[in-house]
Amino acid sequence: MATTTTDEPTRRDFIYIATGTVAALGAGLAAWPFIDQMNPSSAVLALSSIEIDVSAIQEGQQAVFTWRSKPVFVRRRTQKEIAEAEAVALSDLPDKLARNLNLPEDAPATDKNRIEKPQWLVLIGICTHLGCIPLNNQGDFGGYLCPCHGSQYDTAGRIRRGPAPENLAVPPYAFIGPAKIKIG
Amino acid sequence: MRIVLPLALAAALLAPTLAAAQTADSEPLPPRSLDLSFQEPYFGLYDRAALQRGYQVYKEVCSACHSLNRIAFHDLGAPGGPGFSEAQVKALAAAAKVPAEPNDKGETYNSSGERITRPGIPADAMPAPFANVEAARAANNGAAPPDLSVIVKAREGGANYVYSILTGFGQKPPPGFKVLAGKYYNPYFAGRNISMPPPLTDGAVTYSDGTKAAIDQEAKDVVTFLSWAAEPKMEERKQLGFEVVAFLVLLSALLYLSYRRVWRDKH
Amino acid sequence: MSGNSTYQPKTGLTRWLDSRLPILRLAHDTMTTFPTPRNLNVWYTFGAILTFFLAVQIVTGIVLAMHFLPSAVLTNGGTSSVAFDSVESIMRDVNYGWLLRYMHANGASMFFLAVYIHMFRGLYYGSSKAPREILWILGVLIYVVMVATAFFGYVLPWGQMSFWAATVITNLFSALDQVVPHMGGAHAPGIGTMIAQWLWGGFAVGDATLNRFFSLHYLLPFVIAGLVGLHIWALHVPGNNNPLGIDVQGPQDTVPFHPYYTVKDGFYLCLFVIIYAFLVFFHPDFVGNPDNYTPANPLVTPPHIVPEWYLLPFYAMLRSIPQKLFGVLVLFGALATLLFVPWLDTSRVRSMRFRPMMKQFFWVFVADCILLGYLGSQEPQAVWHLGGIDVPLLWPARIGTLYYFVFFFVVMPFLPLIETPLERPKSIAEAVLGTAQPQAAE
Repeated sequence: MATTTTDEPTRRDFIYIATGTVAALGAGLAAWPFIDQMNPSSAVLALSSIEIDVSAIQEGQQAVFTWRSKPVFVRRRTQKEIAEAEAVALSDLPDKLARNLNLPEDAPATDKNRIEKPQWLVLIGICTHLGCIPLNNQGDFGGYLCPCHGSQYDTAGRIRRGPAPENLAVPPYAFIGPAKIKIG
Repeated sequence: MRIVLPLALAAALLAPTLAAAQTADSEPLPPRSLDLSFQEPYFGLYDRAALQRGYQVYKEVCSACHSLNRIAFHDLGAPGGPGFSEAQVKALAAAAKVPAEPNDKGETYNSSGERITRPGIPADAMPAPFANVEAARAANNGAAPPDLSVIVKAREGGANYVYSILTGFGQKPPPGFKVLAGKYYNPYFAGRNISMPPPLTDGAVTYSDGTKAAIDQEAKDVVTFLSWAAEPKMEERKQLGFEVVAFLVLLSALLYLSYRRVWRDKH
Repeated sequence: MSGNSTYQPKTGLTRWLDSRLPILRLAHDTMTTFPTPRNLNVWYTFGAILTFFLAVQIVTGIVLAMHFLPSAVLTNGGTSSVAFDSVESIMRDVNYGWLLRYMHANGASMFFLAVYIHMFRGLYYGSSKAPREILWILGVLIYVVMVATAFFGYVLPWGQMSFWAATVITNLFSALDQVVPHMGGAHAPGIGTMIAQWLWGGFAVGDATLNRFFSLHYLLPFVIAGLVGLHIWALHVPGNNNPLGIDVQGPQDTVPFHPYYTVKDGFYLCLFVIIYAFLVFFHPDFVGNPDNYTPANPLVTPPHIVPEWYLLPFYAMLRSIPQKLFGVLVLFGALATLLFVPWLDTSRVRSMRFRPMMKQFFWVFVADCILLGYLGSQEPQAVWHLGGIDVPLLWPARIGTLYYFVFFFVVMPFLPLIETPLERPKSIAEAVLGTAQPQAAE
């Protein structure tokens, strides 16, 4: 077949465009498994919510649980600590938002908005500055002191002094029994 | 033409082997063919009800001796599996006793030497009947029952083989065949002497969906369940496969048209 | 790479780049305008197919390595291992892990299928002959490194076949004990055993072996990629051979690589990938062995151990020889022989299309390789019943092995002495277009 055609060599041809488009689409879709494989696996996700029993924690004490590979502080506050936390005026707080994942984003950082039941303070125990774990019952506000850069938190886990920008986060949780908490 | 001669030669050499099947008494029989839904390689999916019944058979019969280490309770509710609801999965997990983490005193065994357990959660793997392979061996006459997680993929013949073993008991050995002490005759097993006692009986379980629990039914159900345990992503695989092949066929057609167009003046 | 560049940078940026790193010029000359014989048939698309599968194996492999744990430490009360568990967790828990692993495992098979077609094609059309000897030798080296990579990869899931394949293959080196039985005193191990222990990092295949095999399995594909670069370079100097085996005489014999061969390679690649997709999605364990879903047990060898299908012919050769050292030598000799093919074939005609006798021997050779593959898959003591006569499979395996070497060392060098080649067309253009008149360049 030595016939010659007079097609312009640069003429855009529907077939070529369709082929190129479909091939590019296929390559794009094929990339997804290679990206998605780095997301948390089903075994990890299966642990994304935990149920914990806090009945053994005495007043004034705190226990640490692991939720999504992060420490969760569960602190059974004394009446004195509760009163201290409730007495703080909102204007004294560097971060005026509750940072409570169970409440709307703009909820103010009153003590009531930081807890579910007054006695129980449940926090993600990671300093909001650069990710260190604060120490319990230390610092000038009776709450937490971060050993890395000196951030100080009160008995509701709110930042009071130091470089940390935000209050300690409250994880999504709910009481499913008198002393049983579901986190996540 | 040019390849006919060698092919014929190869065929002539290979043909005799087809007739060479040996039938010595200890040679296992070929597994019986099942025709379960999931065995169809392109469209076949698992029978949801059979998976749930099969889990019951595993739990009430097999799990006394066989572990299922790679299956966690939450898998029972995952897409493409038995399809238990979240509440059912939680209940199934909570009913199981899994080895507990060390308690406040660092103990994992109680004062009478028993392993301390706690109720399971969905993230827990199915608890194994024996702590280690030595314990499994000691309790089973020297033959440790294998883990069943991938048993269907680990045996030539797959689901058919496991089914044949489960239903192959109770046959009369051929005259002169010696059933060894502590073993059972099963013609589908290599050597035909198997250490596993006949596991299934009529009515070994009571199905809640009213299905009659005959040995054959139990075997089919548990084989379905174990096939899923070995290949839990099978449904996802087949469905994605169809999309991929359809896409590739479309792309091939377009490439063919492009190819013809590019080459039309060159030959 | 071959000079005579026709690349014309069009913008300021590409001119700037071209005078500093002429990478666009390289791409243009090798992948766009490269003059390619106009008569390449479907068998010539396998170079592109192989490049694709190398990329698939590297990408899926890197991703799997994010989840795989190369440890033989026992788990589950001694019934399994960390490595085996991690593979199962890839298959179950990792998002699309099943897909990635099945792509990788079946990709290896498709890679070998393609490489065998590519090699037989080169043999048939005389692509190893001058001036393409280096091209061929690089190809053989790529194949050998592929075999090593595949072997290391097969060990990683740490199933029964993994473990025993590692044991058997590394023990091949112990055959050298027959050369130097003692390194030192009378009870010192031989040189082969010392090499084997060095490979194992212990007194048998174990945790250390698994770790180093994983490291090497990750390394070697990049060695392959480097060799492929050289292979393509060596291709672009003399240019492609073609089914006629005659030299390109001018522009009328060639077409630019793009779009003519990009689209042709793309089409056949897509067809090949459809076969691949059928394996991955519908028959993912077709080329696998059930025994590799049983965790490695150093105390129990499975009753019937076989290598992956692509190594079966060599396995049959090894088993057909009753003497240990000689068997190993035959095995490695069969591979090494391929290096000398450019000089073993003494015919002045490249393509077997014009060699009526050689063509017959070639197809018998293909059948021989398939036969050896079949024999390698059978149990070692298997017997054929041929009309009442029992023939141990050992014998066809020996004949097959003999023919393998006869083909290379007798047929190839000496057949041209008695063979009269057919007349060849004067040019590619003449054969394709059916005219003796060279056409004006298109």
